[in-house]
This record gives sequence, structure tokens and C-alpha cells, in this order.
Amino acid sequence: MQAKITELLQSALTEIEACKDVSSVEAVRVKFLGKKGLLTEQLKTLGSLPPELRPKAGQSVNIAKKELSEKIQDKKQGLETVARNASLSSEKIDITLPGRNAGNGSLHPVTRTIRRLENFFSSAGFEIVKGPEIESDYYNFEALNIPDNHPARAMHDTFYFDASHLLRTHTSPVQVRYMEKNEPPIRIIVPGKVYRCDSDITHTPMFHQVEGLLIDDTVSFADLKSLLITFLREFFEQENLEVRFRPSFFPFTEPSAEVDISCVMCNGSGCRVCSHTGWLEILGCGMVHPNVLANVLGFKKADADKFNGFAFGIGVERLAMLRYGINDLRLFFENDVRFLKQFS
Amino acid sequence: MKFSEHWLKQFVNTKLSASEIADTLTFAGLEVDNIESIKPDIKKIVVGKIIAITSHPNADRLRVCRVDVGKSKPLTIVCGANNAEEGVKVPTALVGAKLPGGLIIKKTQLRGEDSFGMLCSATELGFESNSEGLLILDKETRIGVDIVDALHLDDHVIEVDLTPNRGDCLSVLGIAREMNALTNTKLKQKKITGVSAAGKKKIGVTVTAGKLCPRYVGRVIEDINPDAHTPVWMQEQLRRSGLRSLGPVVDVTNYVMLELGQPMHGFDLDKISGGIKILTSKGKQKLKLLDETTVAIPAGTLLISDKRGPLAIAGIMGGSASAVTNNTKNIFLESAFFSPDAIAGRARLMGKHTDSSHRFERGVDSSLQKIAIERATALLLAIVGGKPGPVIEKVSKNNLPKSIRVTLKQKKLESILGIKIPTAKVTRILKSLGMKVTSSQSGWSVVAPSYRFDIKHDVDLIEEVIRVYGYDKIPAVPFKLSAKLENITEKKINARLLADILVGRDYREVITYSFIDRKRQAAFAPDENAAVLKNPISDALAVMRTSLWPGLVETVIYNQNRQQSRLRFFETGHCFFRKGKEFREINRIAGVITGGVFQEQWGTKTRNADFFDMKGDLEAILGKTGELPSFEFEQAMHPALHPGKTAKITKNGTNIGWLGELHPDIAAKLSLETTIILFELDISAVLRRNSIEYRQLSKYPSIRRDISILVDEQLAVKNVFDVISQAGGKWLLHLELFDEYRGEGIDSGRKSLSLGLTLQESSRTLKEEEVETVMARVRGALEAELGAKLR
Repeated sequence: MQAKITELLQSALTEIEACKDVSSVEAVRVKFLGKKGLLTEQLKTLGSLPPELRPKAGQSVNIAKKELSEKIQDKKQGLETVARNASLSSEKIDITLPGRNAGNGSLHPVTRTIRRLENFFSSAGFEIVKGPEIESDYYNFEALNIPDNHPARAMHDTFYFDASHLLRTHTSPVQVRYMEKNEPPIRIIVPGKVYRCDSDITHTPMFHQVEGLLIDDTVSFADLKSLLITFLREFFEQENLEVRFRPSFFPFTEPSAEVDISCVMCNGSGCRVCSHTGWLEILGCGMVHPNVLANVLGFKKADADKFNGFAFGIGVERLAMLRYGINDLRLFFENDVRFLKQFS
Repeated sequence: MKFSEHWLKQFVNTKLSASEIADTLTFAGLEVDNIESIKPDIKKIVVGKIIAITSHPNADRLRVCRVDVGKSKPLTIVCGANNAEEGVKVPTALVGAKLPGGLIIKKTQLRGEDSFGMLCSATELGFESNSEGLLILDKETRIGVDIVDALHLDDHVIEVDLTPNRGDCLSVLGIAREMNALTNTKLKQKKITGVSAAGKKKIGVTVTAGKLCPRYVGRVIEDINPDAHTPVWMQEQLRRSGLRSLGPVVDVTNYVMLELGQPMHGFDLDKISGGIKILTSKGKQKLKLLDETTVAIPAGTLLISDKRGPLAIAGIMGGSASAVTNNTKNIFLESAFFSPDAIAGRARLMGKHTDSSHRFERGVDSSLQKIAIERATALLLAIVGGKPGPVIEKVSKNNLPKSIRVTLKQKKLESILGIKIPTAKVTRILKSLGMKVTSSQSGWSVVAPSYRFDIKHDVDLIEEVIRVYGYDKIPAVPFKLSAKLENITEKKINARLLADILVGRDYREVITYSFIDRKRQAAFAPDENAAVLKNPISDALAVMRTSLWPGLVETVIYNQNRQQSRLRFFETGHCFFRKGKEFREINRIAGVITGGVFQEQWGTKTRNADFFDMKGDLEAILGKTGELPSFEFEQAMHPALHPGKTAKITKNGTNIGWLGELHPDIAAKLSLETTIILFELDISAVLRRNSIEYRQLSKYPSIRRDISILVDEQLAVKNVFDVISQAGGKWLLHLELFDEYRGEGIDSGRKSLSLGLTLQESSRTLKEEEVETVMARVRGALEAELGAKLR
């Protein structure tokens, strides 16, 4: 009997091995383990054995059945995995086809640049303040120590509406408006549009400025210097950017300075952009003129001595041009999609 | 201010090169714009003297010159110039000489006569000149010397871009003073001595406007030689400073202006009738000026007049009638101090910005007038001869600028600059700038020289100290940050968010000019009062926009002309309104779309963007306020929009924006062939939001019921929504329109709407009968109130 069982098991295992799909495995199962299966039938023959041999024979059949069951299970699983894999791989897509695109727009490079400035100075405790673009002569000039007929007015080619209304030529008037309503310490930056009656290859009649103002009891040119150097190095993401301060003149600051940076296009070795000087004029700054403090804050002499302040003015387009390597100012206002797309 | 290195070095003891001088000046606040070598590319041209001239045997126009060039034998050179004369010295190109442009001089024969070189004109030396004939050199020029040395042609022109506060540097002397302070050297100044009067001739000078003309100095010079020429050395200095030679009298006055900074004027004495008066114009007068233009003189302008009328506009330009000419024999020289107030703004007002007005409006040294007239007299006598009369001087002492004593405290210096500078150093710097300095324990007491009238405050002195000491010596101390706690309220919306939403929805931001074409403005907003510029750049940029749309549409046109068809732009910016003397600005955000709603791509069918695409974008923005339903879209009319496709957006009854399709008439006028959708929104209307309050989620299922109805085609969907919302009651959780259809299968004049209603009760599951009751109520209301027919 044992020999018979072994023989049946062997032939069953051989048949399973040969199976190519789940249904033929199932047929083998029925053939050997079904109700009338060949191995099952063996159990029925137990009764014809002498009683002392029955338990051992029964055990043998059961062991064989178990082994076969396991093999069948394994085989089925193996075949199912193959089948599933085949079916999945038939569903394969071309993942290199472009994604379904709802599109993504872009901010104007000037806005990008202003946002970077705002983020930097906000983190240094500066509040962002805005103001009107049509200004009075007082806020744009007089309060800033530029009286009528002052030659410095020639530095500002101004658009007028009537004798006393004009398009602001800088965002400084907003500082005046702010100072009228707030007590020191003051830390603000003023981004916005400004206008000058000038239009050629390097000038557009409208452009953007960010002006900064800080008034506090202890603040010096050394503080101004470090703030601006840090800003410029952060903005251009160049740790070793060289920055130099040159004396200059603005009616509302004294001492005043122009700030140059080593040319970001050629790293200071001289190119067309820096007129082969290796340096780029980048912004103007200075310590707030006591006349401005007196005009605006109504500071008396003693109070004026208690506070110092500094101010700076940054041309946004110039920064953006240098940052992105844009070589024509007019591109900013032509709004050619092919230009704008590059700032996505 | 343009001057030559050679001229400057006559005043400054320095070995610095032109570019080192430029750096020194630039880092002291006198920004050098340009340095230019003026050395022409020439070789072997020397000073020659014509010792004999004979006529050319074979040519009438040519002559044969014997020219001494310092060699043992004179050269024979054939020359065609009319002004070749025996005894004159001229630039002589030797055989082998190189002229600008590369011409090499060879021994040659001209009509059979040998010629060993060429006599040169100014133009042939590469000078810009309108003079004809040979360049006649000054008598003192040494024979045989290379012309480059004789005329100091190995020279540079330095151009300084002066800031308006440094009028004192509008002269070679002024620049020299700076150089001396910066390089710690002494001025090589020639003492200017008075020229004593040889005659007695004077004219009467009356100053009635003493405030505007605190000092007037004049002098008559009689019997000058009208045929004299300006010496070459002076012409050269003027040329290098950018001035043309215009005859000895004008040249000398210009020379003194450039050298000392005092603008001067020469009148033809014989054209002045009697004495002169310095007075202000009462207006209605006209004067023909030196530049041959005639100006109407504004009232209040300072004039030099005689009894017949104005002779010159003081400090700006002389009149043509009294000008010195080739025939002038007797002159009257003027050297005045006109106060900056007398000139400032006036020159520009008349469109006559001159070298003279440029200096006067920035301020001339009020102590310079007599020195300048003596200098000019001496120079003139050497050129044109003549008999100088006594110096006439009228002074209004009270009106002369007063010298101010300025106190500078050491503490202030340190607090402004953030560094300590040794006291002795500060004193030395101030003294080097010509200041009278007394130092004390706490600081300095300073009186600035008369040419530094810009020094009025202690900070002015601080700037002087630091610009000489060096800005680079100020350390960059770590900046003291002041932490300011950020406001993180949720009730405010940062305007940046609006832009970010649109960028996420495939809009590109543009920035267009705030001023636009007047006609364009009128087409888009005929009823608005726009602010018009008095002095626009051009007609296309003449009036302030009252809407962002003209700029956006212009941008669409610009890009359509560049083969771009799918365009989606937005802009934020001010719009401007004028009412009489009142100006108002509104900050707005606006957008435009045209072309395909999607980018062309596989797998997605595109169609043209329409009103509702943009309405969806707009709702995304409005939705950020958390109260989208409070914004109402009303059917309305707008002059720039299609009358049937216009929505007026209101909140609490206030108009805060518009949405619609560009009016086909405007589109046609602009030759736009595609449908253009526009929106515009007041930014301030969407900068606040409600705080968010959580509502309990229901544990019970919701129930959805769909209905389809037929309604009048003209019926606004909003009415259907209103009726259903009303009838649906508190269980109606959500209502959506999922289909709108008109056309085949639907009666004309009607449309089919399919709506989905979601019902829910938060505390239990709704019963079937309850849902049916609500639906019956909804159907009833739709039929009764809107005449809807259920499908």
C-alpha cells in the first residue's frame, strides 16, 4: 500500500509540474484529492487492511495528501502571479507622454525682484509701506530739502499735472508721509512705481524703486554699510561680492554715498556691462539730512541730535537686469510672452 | 566739467597719471565720467618757421616755402595755403612723417618743384576745427620741437560729472583745490595781480536789484586790435574743454570762466548807449540773443539794460546787438556775482541752459569778481592790446553771502559715522579744504571759504571729513536687527495672494505704463475724468489710465503680432482719477484672456476661453475672502464691454469690479479678431476675510436628488438657485448645476437645466418621506415662481 501511495504522489507531482495554468492545476487536484480522487480513494481501501496496519497506512495517505495540497497551493500561487504580472504589464502606459497641463503662469521679473527685497528687509524688521503715485510738490521735493529752483531738480525730470501736482520722481515722499504719522524708531521700505520724463535706450519714463528709511537713536553710517553689503551679497547670492561706497550728493542725505559692486557679469574683470571698469553703480544712500528731520518730524535742534537716520534708494529694474542678465531695459514694459515665460 | 590733465597740472604739483587723478577725484565724490587721450596718431611733425616764400614757376595757386625746422639747412616745401607768410611758425610734417589716418609724407614733386614735407592745418593734425589754412603757431614756440611737445598733445581730457552742491569745482582752479586737499600738496597758483588803468574811460553802472546782483564789476578796454587772433595755446585749452574758439574777447572770457569759475561777458562798448542798469524785467520785453534766437523775457528776470532796453539776460546769455564782433574796437567787460536765486530755474524756463547759467545757479564764489576781471584784462592785453580803464565795482554788502561759523562736535561725528577719527586728522582735513578751523576739547569751530557756500551744517563738515578720510575706512559693523513680531492675522489677505492665485491659473503678470494714449483712454472709459499730463513724453503716453484694460489689451495686440494666440495676462497697479484739483488713486488687479482655454496638448480637447472661464478664475480670488456669496454679479452695461456679456461685481451694493467680453466695436477698431475676456477688481475689496469657524461633520449619510427643468431661455440661473435655496430649507446642504442645454429637443425660447440637490440632517438620517416633501416643495416653487416645467 505504501508503494502505491508513493507512486500516486509521484505521478501527481509530475502532473502538477507540467501544468501551465490554474485550471489544469485544479484538474490535477480533483483527480487526486477530489471526493473520488485517487488519493482519497486510497482512504476508502483502509478497511480492507488488517486493523493493526490501518493507522500507519491512514497516516501515510494523509501525509501524502498534505504534501500534495501544499504543492498544489504553491503551484497555483505561482501561476496566478505570472498571470497577474502578464495582465498588468499589458496595461503599461507610455510614461514619457507629457502630463496633462493646466499651465503655470509667472510673476513679472520686477515683481519677483521687489518680493525678494521685501522678504529681505522684512526679516530685518522693516515694515513695507506704500503711497500715492500722484504727489504734491511739497512731498516730492520741498519736504526732502529740494526747494523750488534747486539745481537738484534738474536731476529729476518731472511729469506735471498742474503747478503743484506731479508724478512722484522717487518713492521718498512716502517716507515723509510715514514720518508725519509715526514716531521714531522708524524702519520702513517703500517699493513702488516712479516716473521721470526721460525715454531712451537706458531710461524708461516709468520704473520701480525701493527706498528704505531707518531712524533711531543710535544708528550710524557703519550700520548702513553693513546692512547694504549684506543685502547685496544675499541678493546676488555671492558671498564675496565686493561692495564699495563713494561720496555723492542727494539733497535729503548728508553724508551721501553711491554704492558700487564688483561687476556680477564678469566678476570684476571688465566687460561691456560695466564699461570695462569692473564696477557697477547699484544704489544711492546716506544719513538723513537734518533739514528733512526738521521739516518732517518737526524736530527741534536738541531732538534732532538725539536721532540719526539713514536712507537708501534702489532701482529695481537695474537689480533685475543684473540678476537675470537682461540687457535691454525696454523688455520690462513690452511684456513679450516669450520674455515673461522665462520667469515661470 | 571737462578739462585737460595738462591744464590741471599747471595748478597741481602731482606726478599722478590721468587715471590716478580720476580715481582720486571719484573717491572724493567728484565722479569722473570719462578720461580720453587726445594724442593724435602722428609722427615726425615739428615746428617749422617759414623763412622765405617764392612763387611757384608752374602754378598760380602754389608757392615754394623755405622752412627752418632747426636743422642746418632749411627745407623746401611746396604749399597751397593762403595764409602761408614769411616769419610764421607752422606745424611741418617732415619726409617720413605720419599723419592721422595713416598718411605717410614722402619727398615729392609738385608741378615740377621738389617738396620735402608738408605744412599742416589744424584739421590735418586731427583737431576738430573749422579754421582754414595753416595752423599758425604762437610766436614763442621753439623751432624744431616735435609738435606733440610744442602743443602738449600727450594729454588727457578728464570729464567730471559734478553733483549740484559742488559748483565750486566748475573750474580748473576748483578741481585743483580738491586735488591739493586730497593729495596733501600746495596749490601752484600764479598770483593774479591787478592791471593798472591806462585810460580813464568808465561807464555808469547802476544796480537797482542789489539782492539779485550783490556785486557788479566792469571795465572798459579801448582800442583793441580787431584783427588779432587767439593764441594756439588758449584755443587748445578751450578745445580740450569742449569750447570752440570764437575770437579773442569771447575766448578770454570763456578761458577765465573755465580757469577760475567766474562767468564773464564782453559787450561792444560802442553799442551801449550811455550807462548800464542792472534791474529786473517787468515782462513783455523781447531780446534777440547771441544764438540768434529771440526770447520773450519773463517778468522778474534779471537784465543788463541801457536806456534803449535790455542788452543781456544776466548770467544766462548776452544779446546779439551788443555782442563783440570782428569789427569791435572798444569793449566793456562784465564780471558779476548774480545770486543763485536770480538765475535758478530761469535758464530752463527759457530753454537757455548755458555754461554761465549752470555756474551761477549752483553758486559762484562771491569774492572772485575783481580777480577774474584783472586776469581777463591781462590776458586780453597780451592778445589784442588796448587801453584798459579803471575797474568799476558796485557792491551791495548786505546782500553778499555771509560766511557762517559751523560747530562740529566730536560726539556727533562719531555717532553719524560709527568710527573715531583722530582729532588732529580731522583738523588737518578741514584745513586742507581751505577752512578756518579752531579746535576745542569737544570738537571744532569752522568757517568755510567763500567758495564753499554749501557748508551750512555740522553734517556738511562730517561729509567733508569722511570723503577725504575715505568711506572705505568705515567698518561694516554687524547690523543690529530689530525683531518685529509678524502680524499673523487671518483676517487680512496679502495682495501677493491674488497674484499667486492667477499665476497658479496660468496667467502671466505684465507691467504696462500708467500713462496711455488719450484716444485709447476715451474708448475704454469715455465717462471718467482722467488726469492729463502737462508735459507728456508723447501722445501715446499722455493721460493717466483709469483702468488697467487698455494696457492689457495693448499687450495682447503686441503678442498677437508676434504669433502668440493663447494669451492670459494680469496686472496690478494704480488707476488715476481727477476731479478739479482732487486726484484719487485706486489700486486694482485686472486680467485678460483670449485663445484656447488650455494649451494645445494631447488627450485634452481645447476650445476658446470664454466669460465663464474667467468668472471661475475670479471666483477663485473672491472665494479667498471666505464669503464668495456676498459678491454679486449683476447684468449691466459698461462702455468697454459687450452689452450682453457684462457683469458688474458688487459687494454690499458697492461696485468693486467688472467682468465681460471686450466690446466688439472696440475690438474691431483695434483690429482684434479673437474674443477678449476682461476682468478688473478693486484690490481693497478682497483684502479682508472672515475668520474660519469649524462646523461639526454629520455622522449620517446625505441624500442626493437630481431634477431637470425647462425654463425660459432669458431666465437667469441665479433666480433658479435662489428659488431652490429658499424652498430647500435647512436640509439643503449643497446645490449644483450640472447641465445647461438649449437646442435640439428643447422648445425654442426655453432651456433645460439639470440640478443636483444634496440633503442632510446633522443629527439623524433623513427619512424617504421627508426627502420627498422637500423635493415636492422645490418642484412646486419652481413651477409657481419661475414657470418651470419638469422634464
